[in-house]
Amino acid sequence: MDTAVEIRGLVKRFDDLEALASINADVLVGTLTGLVGPDGAGKTTLMRIMAALMAPTEGTVQLAGFDVVRDADHIHVVTGYMPQRFGLYEDLSVLENLELYASLRGLRGGERSATFDRLLAFTRLGPFTRRLAGQLSGGMKQKLGLACALMARPRVLLLDEPSVGVDPVSRQDLWRMVGELTEEGMAVVWSTAYLDEAERCDSVLLLDGGQLLFDGPPRDLTGRLVGRSLRVSGLGDNRREFLATALDHAAVCDGVIQGSGVRLVLAEEGGTSAVLAEEGGTSADVSAGETNRVAVEKLCAAHGAQLVTVEPRFEDAFIDLLGGGPEGRSAIAERFGDVALDGDVAVSCRDLSKHFGTFVATDKVSFDVQRGEIFGLLGPNGAGKSTTFKMLCGLLKPTSGDAQVVGVDLRTAANTAKLRLGYMAQKFSLYGLLSVRQNLEFFSGVYGLSGANRRQRIQEMIETFGLERFLDASPDLLPLGFKQRLALACALMHRPPVLFLDEPTSGVDPITRREFWTHINGLVRRGVTVLVTTHFMDEAEYCDRVALMYQARLIALDSPDALKASAASTEHPEPTMEQAFITLVEAQLVEAQLAEVQLAATQATPPGVAA
Amino acid sequence: MSPALSSAGSPSGSPTVAADASDRVAPPSVFQPRRLAALVRKESLQIVRDPSALVIAFVLPVVMLFLFAYAVSLDVEGVRLGLVLEDGGVAARELAAGFAATPFFDVLTVHDRRQVEDMLVAGTLRGIVVIPQDFDRALAGGTPRLQVITDGAQPNTANFVSGYAEGVLATWLASRQTSTSSGGVQLEPRYWFNPEIESRRFLVPGAIAIVMTMIGTLLTALVMAREWERGTMEALFSTPSGIVEILIGKLLPYFALGLLATLGCTALASTVFEVPLRGSLVALLLLTSTFLIPALGQGLLISALARNQFVASQLALLSGFLPAFLLSGFLFNIESMPGWIQLITRVIPARYFVSSLQTVFLAGDVWPIFVRDILAMLAVGAVFFGLTAATTRKSLDR
Repeated sequence: MDTAVEIRGLVKRFDDLEALASINADVLVGTLTGLVGPDGAGKTTLMRIMAALMAPTEGTVQLAGFDVVRDADHIHVVTGYMPQRFGLYEDLSVLENLELYASLRGLRGGERSATFDRLLAFTRLGPFTRRLAGQLSGGMKQKLGLACALMARPRVLLLDEPSVGVDPVSRQDLWRMVGELTEEGMAVVWSTAYLDEAERCDSVLLLDGGQLLFDGPPRDLTGRLVGRSLRVSGLGDNRREFLATALDHAAVCDGVIQGSGVRLVLAEEGGTSAVLAEEGGTSADVSAGETNRVAVEKLCAAHGAQLVTVEPRFEDAFIDLLGGGPEGRSAIAERFGDVALDGDVAVSCRDLSKHFGTFVATDKVSFDVQRGEIFGLLGPNGAGKSTTFKMLCGLLKPTSGDAQVVGVDLRTAANTAKLRLGYMAQKFSLYGLLSVRQNLEFFSGVYGLSGANRRQRIQEMIETFGLERFLDASPDLLPLGFKQRLALACALMHRPPVLFLDEPTSGVDPITRREFWTHINGLVRRGVTVLVTTHFMDEAEYCDRVALMYQARLIALDSPDALKASAASTEHPEPTMEQAFITLVEAQLVEAQLAEVQLAATQATPPGVAA
Repeated sequence: MSPALSSAGSPSGSPTVAADASDRVAPPSVFQPRRLAALVRKESLQIVRDPSALVIAFVLPVVMLFLFAYAVSLDVEGVRLGLVLEDGGVAARELAAGFAATPFFDVLTVHDRRQVEDMLVAGTLRGIVVIPQDFDRALAGGTPRLQVITDGAQPNTANFVSGYAEGVLATWLASRQTSTSSGGVQLEPRYWFNPEIESRRFLVPGAIAIVMTMIGTLLTALVMAREWERGTMEALFSTPSGIVEILIGKLLPYFALGLLATLGCTALASTVFEVPLRGSLVALLLLTSTFLIPALGQGLLISALARNQFVASQLALLSGFLPAFLLSGFLFNIESMPGWIQLITRVIPARYFVSSLQTVFLAGDVWPIFVRDILAMLAVGAVFFGLTAATTRKSLDR
């Protein structure tokens, strides 16, 4: 097969930071190559270098035979590039955006109109040509961005995180479109922080911290783990306890909560004999492959649980490549002490609505969150999760409806309620100009701690989260994992019985995400109630119950297993959370799209556009 | 026609470049009028739909002109003055009546200076005039004395108070002379170009300079930073469009916007504020066009350095708006500034614009002045564009 992009010894440094460390890789014509890795892995830098928007510090990159430094102008002709956030002009209409890029790419006359027809049909944006790009949904913006990038039939299509901010249904659409393009012979590079998307690519470049960890078909990577991915079921309410024990077990490399069960990855053989000897060992003639499995089987038997081997996932392989996940005990949870709370309902809302002008962000949402429960609000960007969430922790005033936290009415006593809840905002919201210690002092003060109590709590947080080394540093300079610990420490300073986490792990690598959930699982076992919003579909599996939000409304509320079961079909007998979500949304979406087409047909032209 | 256009744009060309041999790529051209036209059209649409751009171009000028025409008048009227009348004689009372009669002062008459001293300290009075006890007698003797105390913390007002006080005294003396003798010399001052010495006559042209600075520097810096922030600059860079096209496509619409705003200001100045345009419209537009070159260049340079809107606006206000306000000779006379500050004003394009604008409005077409100012503005503009060219490449590397 022909090589579309050839990367040789590529290094990119920004001042002291090495963003890419000697990368060697090829991207082939007619394939979908996934550029996969957590935030900060170097994906965008590599994309920009391939698009000839940045120069390598060392090494060479050739695209369609052109050098990215010498022949940048040629590369701009033969590549289509969609940057993060689409690169669209939001105050121009769909058609005006298309016209701009068509002119910039030199399309004229008959070819121009033919291309427009083809792209509008391909993206199904035909009915919306007069709408301003800023008024499109995330999925439609994405398709318009793709259409603009496809304008001159590029040989190489570079898509930087195209699935961020796009609902699962539109994402399906996008995969279909990209599939058609590769069949036509285009080379497509799709960068993503969602590891599950790697499984859908023909080939994968796995980046972490600027290093290329893996290059090849995703099956080759997951294939190494066949037989090592397990699902433990029948644990009842003890799955978090079990997970904590299992993660500390040397035979286990990684584990996460998955609905009512636990998903485990066995450690690679070798180096585990010491642990096994400690536990009494196994007979010497047992083959190495069975050793870890036998150890885990014993563990399961002790908990009265069943064990089945399941298909390995890309994320399992990624964690395994990095040498396994964090341990299972949470020091903070152990110090926390049990939470006592009157009543069984920690948070409740009835017909909660929020309108911004004519825009309805949350539409009559009702639910109860039980004490000691992890309750997830799941939905794509713009579904209304954050708005609902902010009303529940007293940051936004509802337009109508009631909300209570630990029995306190948020409409009348929002400040009383705030003292009983901990809130961790998106992106951690720490003060970069204060030191770590000053951040801790500030948040303890805000939550009304004083005197000896305050000093003791701060010291406790410093010790349990291992922050001593960083006390005088700015939070901005901390490694991501420590930044997250600090944010959690600040939210837990006053030992709140209810914890609100808004997108706590977006932009966080899978290891740090696991460490975070270890703390959360530990806290829940102490009786803390946790409300969490997330757009990671698999993260929803960590929750006891999940509320699915779509277009301001709550469309489903159940345990993750029940939600998945309700979406089971002959096509997908065991759907993932994402597939379940798509099934549940699809019915609603067909309705919504019909309405939208009707609206577009009757809508007047946008302001300033000549009819 | 450029080669890129003919190959990429021709309908007979192969529909899928990817399937083609890799050598059949048209060599890209650096500059193409069609691409520039598309960028200009895009920018114009954005201006028309962006209320903030229209506010800066058309509402802000109106507000500024009103402020400078009426609120920031440098003519002083109704200054609160304490008059201490220690002498009860006829001459003293006549003089006191003279002070009370002038519109420049709002007089509070007392007979003991202790009554008003505290008020001067408190700032309720701007000055005190003392007509001493023996004023009448001294007048007969030939050397009458009058004491004027002013608030030196406000030097401008203090100067006015003493100046006008002298004026009142002179008028009074003159009227005594004409009533007693028919001789004496009368001074008849004439103020050229602004016969009524109304400050709005020279403030309004200056305000136009400020507005042009806002459009040229602030708006340009902001919209460039916006492209960086929204990631659209990255998308533009990934197309065959050259950096010159992208920059000129950005500048042309704001250049046109600046000229339109100038016409609006001029119309407003001559109709509402009665500030006539004595020179020609051609000269005015030529001057404005020239000034927009350094102003836009400065905006571009700022956006090359700061790629977010907040920093860009701070830089534009500090390096564009403030100097245009303080160091252009618009409010404060450059000749009365310390020498080294006068030197700084020489690199501020607004200085040359203000001087030639005041000329074109109040005096007429004085080409020697215009040519001098135009050359100076072009020189500053060349420096800004040179620096921008040196710092801006079609690359995300910094």
